[in-house]
Amino acid sequence: MNDFALIGPILAAMFAAATPLLFAALGELVVEKSGVLNLGVEGMMLVGAVCGFAVAVQTGSATTGFLVAALAGAATASLFAVLTLFLLANQVATGLALTLFGVGLSALIGQGFVGIPLEGLPKLYVPGLTDLPVVGQALFGQDVMVYLAVAAVPLVHLFLYRTRAGLVLRAVGENHTAAHALGYKVLRIRFLAVLFGGAMAGLGGAFLSMDYTPMWAENMTSGRGWIALALVVFATWKPVRAMLGAWLFGGVTILQLHVQGLGIDVPSQLLSMLPYLATVLVLVLISRDVARIRLNAPACLGKLFHPDA
Amino acid sequence: MPSHAETYPPDAPPPRLELRGITKRFPGCLANDHVDLVLRPGEIHALLGENGAGKSTLVKMIYGVLHPDSGTLLWQGAETVVPDPAGARRLGIGMVFQHFSLFDTLTVTENIALGLDNAGPMDQLAGRIREVSERYGLALDPGRHVFHLSVGERQRVEIVRCLLQDPKLLIMDEPTSVLTPQEASKLFETLRVLAAEGCTILYISHKLEEIRALCSRATVLRAGKVVGAADPRQETARSLAEMMMGAELSTPERPPQGAAGAARLTVRHLSTTSDNPFATNLKDVNFEVRAGEILGIAGVAGNGQAELMAALSGEALLADADAVVIEGTSAGHLGPRARRGLGLAFVPEERLGRGAVPELSLSENALLSGYAREPLVRGGMVHFARARAYAETIIRGFNVVAHGHRAEARSLSGGNLQKFIIGREILQKPKLLVVGQPTWGVDAGAAAAIHKALIDLARSGAAVLVISQDLDELFVLSDRISVLFHGRLSDSRPTHETSVERIGLLMGGLFGTPPDEDGEITRAV
Repeated sequence: MNDFALIGPILAAMFAAATPLLFAALGELVVEKSGVLNLGVEGMMLVGAVCGFAVAVQTGSATTGFLVAALAGAATASLFAVLTLFLLANQVATGLALTLFGVGLSALIGQGFVGIPLEGLPKLYVPGLTDLPVVGQALFGQDVMVYLAVAAVPLVHLFLYRTRAGLVLRAVGENHTAAHALGYKVLRIRFLAVLFGGAMAGLGGAFLSMDYTPMWAENMTSGRGWIALALVVFATWKPVRAMLGAWLFGGVTILQLHVQGLGIDVPSQLLSMLPYLATVLVLVLISRDVARIRLNAPACLGKLFHPDA
Repeated sequence: MPSHAETYPPDAPPPRLELRGITKRFPGCLANDHVDLVLRPGEIHALLGENGAGKSTLVKMIYGVLHPDSGTLLWQGAETVVPDPAGARRLGIGMVFQHFSLFDTLTVTENIALGLDNAGPMDQLAGRIREVSERYGLALDPGRHVFHLSVGERQRVEIVRCLLQDPKLLIMDEPTSVLTPQEASKLFETLRVLAAEGCTILYISHKLEEIRALCSRATVLRAGKVVGAADPRQETARSLAEMMMGAELSTPERPPQGAAGAARLTVRHLSTTSDNPFATNLKDVNFEVRAGEILGIAGVAGNGQAELMAALSGEALLADADAVVIEGTSAGHLGPRARRGLGLAFVPEERLGRGAVPELSLSENALLSGYAREPLVRGGMVHFARARAYAETIIRGFNVVAHGHRAEARSLSGGNLQKFIIGREILQKPKLLVVGQPTWGVDAGAAAAIHKALIDLARSGAAVLVISQDLDELFVLSDRISVLFHGRLSDSRPTHETSVERIGLLMGGLFGTPPDEDGEITRAV
């Protein structure tokens, strides 16, 4: 096999690897646009992953699995929402706690499911198109969740920038005092945003356990929740940029696997670090442009709001 | 003035709004105590009172943000409950807030849409915004982002937002506190047109001269109760102030200035560049403040005041050490502590958060800046007894109303906290004091006390720099006045050789020569 023939599969794998990141990042983007910083993405992904997997194994229905994963992610997020929005707990501390909680809870639920194989989702096949060289597999040979994640990008964009509800959500994240003075229900809007973020993280996690590597293993998200958080900043809170970022990180992940496979003499640990090193590098580069961050970052991000104060 | 704003026949239609016995209690204070208020169609009605008199609470209840404990509200003669701000807007009540309820990173159209319940498609809304802003002479570009707008333009956004709902009652909370005199008089024209069209305006302001020029009736609140009504046109600013205070007003006398001493603060070619897109960069600012004088720097907020304060206090370090010289020592590269060591004291505009730590007690707050020049710390250990004594000295010396030195800074009213902060700095006997907005949001009595303290400090030989948006204040305090506009500073003028009108033009950006007879104007920036 020559190197050129590898490009098709690499490209196809890149889109698949980007999908869990894209789900989680889009969800977190909406959460942060409403002014809430939920660092519990990793935990919500794990809970979604294990719940989706368990239900899919027992019912045999992938659809039910993904639905339950979204619900489980949202339920985990609601814990965070109640603590931070209504009980005014610190968002950073609560988010970290939520991740630790998710790691433990998912391990507990998943005890009886380790080592059980599951069949992944069927791949699309369009005669002619899927057989195209290089791009055929990547563009026309994926499964439904990959397409759903990409479809969610314009939907989230349209919601945020073209609908009134999206405008209100951005307003709440920009200046919650003013939004409250105008009569908007800041806490209710944030609560719904956090639930959405949880559901998306749950879907991202379930994509991993039910499709990408169809099996359950403890801590199988291995830091993807954190990369998704970094992606939101990388994207300066813009959905389309989040998608580009997810592809970039997906690409780095796949590339390091192939480099290992090609037997290039680099320690494999070093290569496994690549996606995370890329995250740090990109965040440093993005943070140099203070103006862009200031113009797009929700001004009330991470700030607690109490309607009577 | 339209005639119907001045005469009220007995068979006139019912009042636009009538409040009967409105009472609102907060934990530990009775904010409104059986307040009665009648607002007639098409009148401009002033609501007067010192800080904490209950004005904000009252209008928040009219606008549905708060709800009264007892009492009734009649809207056009019918008993009504205003459930929330959206309900108030449905009735036809609009409100322009003192602190604008705007969203910096959204466009003008988006901001306005957020305040409308039936905004409709954005492009149509933009057209309606243009229409209304032209009709009332409120120039606005619907597509711009709010952070690009001047403070005056931001207020126009708020007003246009209200006007789009055809309000029958418009509440204005301290609308001119951030405007130049020229912008304010333009606003008054708009308000008079509105009133002539039958809209009732409830106008809250500290600026009594404005109320005399604009309003036909006034209701005075003190400690939550209505203590009087007046026709402001028949009163003087002094008599209105005394009605609000319930006591005689003592205005500070500014004794003639002696010979100005040596330069205590010299600023040369001070320019800044900031990464923050919301910041205003300073451009070649030059001035000096001499011992024994007060220099006032006027200007509308957002023209570089925050950046100038940061550059002077040492919060922002400068590349050019010689740009700021304190007592002959180049200090541009020094941090706040080192500058305090040179004899600088400063009172930032932001009381809670910069001037004082809200959650700390007064004695701890006294310690925070006081230890630099008072013996409050020995060998790295805090001498708490001395810190307490120092706080008590400030509280007594500056008549701070507080529950002793243990009171948290945030528990004090704005005026009392400001007296405490200014007292803390003055008692350190600084050679140079820099003050931002010394009496912002402070009532007349406390303002007079603060002004007297600043004048006394200057007369005792210190140099004082006051940065303020309040022209009346600068004319009371300053020996010389300069104006900051778009990061540039005008040359200073002796206060007695200039006028509010002239400074007002400079605040609007008309540096250089004043307009000649043809109205020819040269813009400096």
